[in-house]
Amino acid sequence: MSLAIDCNNLGKSFGNYVAVQGVSFQLPEGAIMGFVGPNGAGKTTTIRMLCGVLLPSEGSAKVLGFDVKAQSEEIKQRIGYMSQKFSLYEDLTVEENLNFYAGVYSLTGVMAQEQMTKVISRITLDSRLNQMVGSLSGGWKQRVALACALMHNPQLLVLDEPTAGVDPVSRRVFWDIIRQLSKEGMTILVSTHYMDEADSCDYLGFVFYGRLIAFGSPVQMKEKEGRANLDDLFIYYVEREAVEDPRNRQAVKRRQK
Amino acid sequence: MLRFNRTRFIAILKKEFIQIRRDKPSLMMAIAMPVILLLLFGYAVNTDVEHLPTVIWDQSQSVNSREMIEAFRNTNYLDPAYYVYGYDEVEEKLDSGRARVAIVIPPDFGKRLHGLEQGSLQVLVDGSDPTVARAAMSAVQLVGLDKSLSLQTERLLEQGISGTTGMPVNVETRVWYNPDMKSTVFNIPALIGLILQNVIAMLTAFSMVREKERGTMEQIVVTPIRSLELLLGKLVPFVIIGFVSLSLILTIGIYWFGVPPKGSILLLISLSTIFMFTILAIGLLISTVARTQLQAMQMTFLLILPSILLSGFVFPRETMPKLLQFLGALLPLTYFLEIVRGIFLKGIGIKYLWQDTLALSVFAVILVAIASKKFKKNLD
Ligand SMILES: Nc1ncnc2c1ncn2[C@@H]1O[C@H](COP(=O)(O)OP(=O)(O)OP(=O)(O)O)[C@@H](O)[C@H]1O
Ligand SMILES: [Mg+2]
Repeated sequence: MSLAIDCNNLGKSFGNYVAVQGVSFQLPEGAIMGFVGPNGAGKTTTIRMLCGVLLPSEGSAKVLGFDVKAQSEEIKQRIGYMSQKFSLYEDLTVEENLNFYAGVYSLTGVMAQEQMTKVISRITLDSRLNQMVGSLSGGWKQRVALACALMHNPQLLVLDEPTAGVDPVSRRVFWDIIRQLSKEGMTILVSTHYMDEADSCDYLGFVFYGRLIAFGSPVQMKEKEGRANLDDLFIYYVEREAVEDPRNRQAVKRRQK
Repeated sequence: MLRFNRTRFIAILKKEFIQIRRDKPSLMMAIAMPVILLLLFGYAVNTDVEHLPTVIWDQSQSVNSREMIEAFRNTNYLDPAYYVYGYDEVEEKLDSGRARVAIVIPPDFGKRLHGLEQGSLQVLVDGSDPTVARAAMSAVQLVGLDKSLSLQTERLLEQGISGTTGMPVNVETRVWYNPDMKSTVFNIPALIGLILQNVIAMLTAFSMVREKERGTMEQIVVTPIRSLELLLGKLVPFVIIGFVSLSLILTIGIYWFGVPPKGSILLLISLSTIFMFTILAIGLLISTVARTQLQAMQMTFLLILPSILLSGFVFPRETMPKLLQFLGALLPLTYFLEIVRGIFLKGIGIKYLWQDTLALSVFAVILVAIASKKFKKNLD
């Protein structure tokens, strides 16, 4: 089985501040991987490095077989990304946004039309096509964002907290789509704060203070630490790891030098 | 790295046009602002000194004094509007600002002229506005000189000395390029530069900053879009808007204010294009620094003041202190003003404008280079 993501000792510093450090994991193709960890743990930073947007300060990573430093263009063409902050054009209709992203991924003519029909029916957007995106509710906005990220039928789908602030019903709809995509062979990397979502992933990565402190399937991880559910595991990790944020200590040390 | 993808470029272009069409304030700014600015400046920045309200205290009440007053009126500079009988009243008219000029003719004015003596009269000028004062003073002095000469000739003729009716020296003045010395003729062409600069720079900066402010840039950077595609896709619409504004200004300038260009419109448009590039680059630079649209607006306004004061738009640069002249030389608008005024007023071609054109082109190249570099870095 080939790897969708293969990263080794990946790290990122902003000036003195080490946001991400020594992240290594291998994700096989077709799997759903959940990324969990407290606010500011470094999930978004890691994701952005894997997308080829942020240059790693150390380590290396291959995404879909391409190097994130040298081949970011190839990666960008093959991944779908939904950023944590909603970032579609609110003054454009749903259809205009879809058209824009079709063009952005160089889809033309019949190809664009086919993809469009496929995505619209998969996400069931038919009724909202001519609505201004700015006037959609939170749940619908996220569905449109997902649709845009799927326009070019990406090999890897990267979702940064796609269900934050979304009601339970919309959340279920959203995850049904994600699981369906995974069944069809798409690899999915999704960050979340919801443990029920994390529990249903094939793989899970716990990010704490910029480090990936655990990686594996949810069942394995719970068994290893002897916890009944992910909530307990999460709290256990937090208490074990975090007496003090090591990144802050390092920053202080460097400043004192 | 310079692979340019047309599909992506067109997608950006389309999106940009839809957004501009929906963005009523920007549309208003692109269409209404040039018109409003043009009308505002065309009428308000009128430095022509004409028909100054004048108060007259004619104590002489003679044929000569009345002739004198008529001579003043005929200059069109002075407009004898009040006739008063006392110094208090003269003072009151000047103090209240109802009159800008006062002419006091003494009682013996007519008598002295008849007696072949020197008749004198007093002219008081409100010097609050130096331009007005200077114009009024030179007008009355010319009238005085003219009157003296004709009287002198009459007197000589009466004494039987003939043949000297003509003046020994005749200074014939003729004003070129703007023979009526209308300030609109001088200002309207310059407004093309000022308006283009402000409207286009602001719109460009807005369009870029909006992507940052609303977070849509987050998504853009993860797509295969190249910075060049984004740059052109965003700028081309504003080049088009720039040309619409330019035609609008030209049309109003030519047909409403009656200021047709003496030189080639084609040359004007091609050189305006170079100028437009410098403006787009300035807008782009502003957008790389500004985080919000408000900041972008403030920065554009910061640019407007020196543009008006130092570029030669209102004050001639030749008379400025060296430092200000130097600062003015750093503004692309300065060179563009030379160009538009040259084409509009003098009808001169590239033969005389090549230096300004060269300077403008250098600005365009440097600014576009810096702006696109900063823009690219900003994306990372
Ligand atoms: N451009 C940047 N410059 C400086 N510090 C940054 C930058 N981006 C992120 N950080 C810092 O890096 C740390 C990790 O941020 P990141 O956004 O990756 O966390 P996260 O796990 O996604 O958190 P959340 O759950 O809140 O989204 C934070 O402390 C953040 O302040
Ligand atoms: Mg995050």
